[in-house]
Amino acid sequence: MKKILGIAVLLLVVVIATAVLSHDAVSGTNPFLSAYNLQNLCKRIGEFGILSIAAAFVIVTGGIDLSIGSVVCVAGCILPWLLRDLGVPALLAVPTVLLLTAAIGLWHGLLVVRLRLQPFVVTLCGLLLYRGLMRAFTGDQTMGLGTTGEGVRWLATGTLPLGDGFGLPVPLLVFVVVAALTSFLWRRTVIGRHLFALGSNREAARFAGVATDRLELLAYVACSLLAGLAGCLFVLDVNSAQASNFGNFYELYAIAGAVLGGVALRGGEGLVLGVVLGACLMQVLPNTINLVAGSNQLEFAVVGAVILAGAAVDEIVRRWLARRRPGKA
Amino acid sequence: MALAARGIDKAFAGVHALRGVDFEVRAGEVVALVGENGAGKSTLLQILSGSLAADAGQVRVDGEAVTFRGPADAMARGIARVAQEPQQCLQLSIAAAVFLGAELRRGWLLDDAAMVAASRTLLARLGLDVDPQQPVGSLATGQRQLLEIARALRAEAKVLILDEPTSSLTDVEAERLFAIVDDLRAAGTAIVYVSHRLGEVQRLADRVVGLRDGRNSGELARDQISHQSIVGLMVGREFAHATRQPRAPGEVLLSVRGLVTSAWPQARVDLQVRAGEVVGVAGLLGAGRSEILRALFGVDAPLAGTIEVAGQPLHGRGPAAAAAAGLALVPEDRQHQGLVLGHSVADNLSLPTLHRRGWRVAPQRERELAAHWCRELDVRAASPALRVGSLSGGNQQKVVLGKWLAAAPRVLLLDEPTRGVDVGARGEIYARLDALAAAGLAVLFVSSELEEVFALADRVLVVHQGRITGALPRDRFSEQTIMLLATGQSLDSDEVPA
Repeated sequence: MKKILGIAVLLLVVVIATAVLSHDAVSGTNPFLSAYNLQNLCKRIGEFGILSIAAAFVIVTGGIDLSIGSVVCVAGCILPWLLRDLGVPALLAVPTVLLLTAAIGLWHGLLVVRLRLQPFVVTLCGLLLYRGLMRAFTGDQTMGLGTTGEGVRWLATGTLPLGDGFGLPVPLLVFVVVAALTSFLWRRTVIGRHLFALGSNREAARFAGVATDRLELLAYVACSLLAGLAGCLFVLDVNSAQASNFGNFYELYAIAGAVLGGVALRGGEGLVLGVVLGACLMQVLPNTINLVAGSNQLEFAVVGAVILAGAAVDEIVRRWLARRRPGKA
Repeated sequence: MALAARGIDKAFAGVHALRGVDFEVRAGEVVALVGENGAGKSTLLQILSGSLAADAGQVRVDGEAVTFRGPADAMARGIARVAQEPQQCLQLSIAAAVFLGAELRRGWLLDDAAMVAASRTLLARLGLDVDPQQPVGSLATGQRQLLEIARALRAEAKVLILDEPTSSLTDVEAERLFAIVDDLRAAGTAIVYVSHRLGEVQRLADRVVGLRDGRNSGELARDQISHQSIVGLMVGREFAHATRQPRAPGEVLLSVRGLVTSAWPQARVDLQVRAGEVVGVAGLLGAGRSEILRALFGVDAPLAGTIEVAGQPLHGRGPAAAAAAGLALVPEDRQHQGLVLGHSVADNLSLPTLHRRGWRVAPQRERELAAHWCRELDVRAASPALRVGSLSGGNQQKVVLGKWLAAAPRVLLLDEPTRGVDVGARGEIYARLDALAAAGLAVLFVSSELEEVFALADRVLVVHQGRITGALPRDRFSEQTIMLLATGQSLDSDEVPA
């Protein structure tokens, strides 16, 4: 909880600062707080938040998944192909894509668990492999839905109107459901407890009879499956996927959101609520820069600097607390 | 005065670990520091070796007041500490580990040849017959401790602090360590020796300093040292050894035929343990004792053999199958195998049995379980929500025992059940094991301490190169016989089958 408090405060500070700084005294409008901007922000939080939870699943086991962006690309290219080119009904197409991405996760997991390859290596190669395959598969053509998938696009573009021109984007609701289910799984089920025990101390977990291999496999499957889900939302949202750049760098946003939210890279530590806050911050910051600076040139630099500062302050506070209070869980 | 501390105070969050403690050690003297777990020994050693800063008081090296900036600073002033469970870089070569931080150089290049040669000499002095170019990870736990001592020798430490140095050594290796301590003492090194094994303290110490509840509890000169007087310093009361209840063994609960471990593919192991029976496994370090337990519990897959628990053959592989069949293993390495140190006492206690109560975690049930076993085993933790890593060694070991007792096993396997555990907690664990056997459990334990084997076992199996070379009933226990069997020599008289 201590770790989450830090990120929550940071998020609050950034939000308030942005709201104040972007206020236009002349026209009396506030582009940050406009219904259009907030709705857009919420949608992005929903889509990228699912990716951060995906990343967190693997990180809590002490692993990493660098292929998330490329798995997003796979979903983004395959779903339009199924819907438009093959004319597969949406009710079948989306589950097919999810199954395909889950299979990618299973493949990662098997390489990690059975062959004992480093997760970094496996998923780095995945990052290159899937994007390359998709470029060849699509011939670098932009994949779009055309007129198909009208109904299913509601998942990504739909809103629940709350009045005053603002509607809650459906992807945010999907994210909330995913987050709630993940939180329940982590905190309240035997699988979750075993997952965290494995992340903290694989040896001890194995000696206690925990099926460590199976659980690790599960984590990779969950990760790629959620990346596939987010990939579907992304392509349904923008209705256009270019294999050479669709989902590029998304693994880094995903991992940054999870780590920013207190999921320890060494494994065995993390709360879903923290990941949610981390994902929010990862989307609010670029928005801030755009609105306050008027351009996005500094976006990467500011995001990097804020995360670094956050991590440093977190570490300093933790040491200070540890010196005063040893041994407390 | 090589190293002296005066009026040391140290508190963690207002809880005093040390209050006004005085300690000193002279050149050419072995001072034993004794006290129960939680008495403040570790804190004092950490302050003396620069890992912790004292809140008040003064540390002097050769009469000069010092403030250590860290362990490296203390090392530079000639103070070396050999930790009980040293942190080592397992991928480095042994030679590189010996010279870590003080590498020999020729110009600005590493002089590997010189470091390997020097390491070989140092290791030979410690009787460690290994190739310095091998990785540290290839050493057994006990050998890694000797490696730490080699590091201290390399640094030509003036003050050597040994924290439970024999806890993972066999008696033969321990004997060699004592000879090294004698040598170093004769060469003028000041030695601080911490051990729960009172025999060693009596054998080595020129002076004994006691700590109790963070305060000095007294001091014994050479001619005052005895088992009774040391225990007096530690606990302030007489310590009674658990008395064994003679029992009639019942049905065979564990039956092993033709077990072959990957460590000793040429050796077959057959053994039986009955209900109510406590069987000790003795042997030298690396003889394959732990490997037998690991194979029985499915941590390492055995190459061959059948295992029966209460007449039922063990189906399936892995610890989960073994635990479901009624086996439990209290492993050798508490910190890496026994506990998830970053998790709470309660979470650790429930880990092996969590899945038996359905797929959901029930916090209330878990709290009850934790409270029950903390009370039952007298785990001294302010709350079951505490991080288990913050407990003393003895209390941690009770948690490991508790998490498996909660699984209600038929056969309890223990590997070095009291390593790094203080006298008081050790007695409690012995009494508990005795009671468990009396209640009908079959107990099979590995121990490197013959004293422990004699105190606990109804029968001893001696292992040499993966084979059981002899089985001795209680009336034939003798150190000499066991050593003969452990070194591979056969007895003239007829052996009792295992």
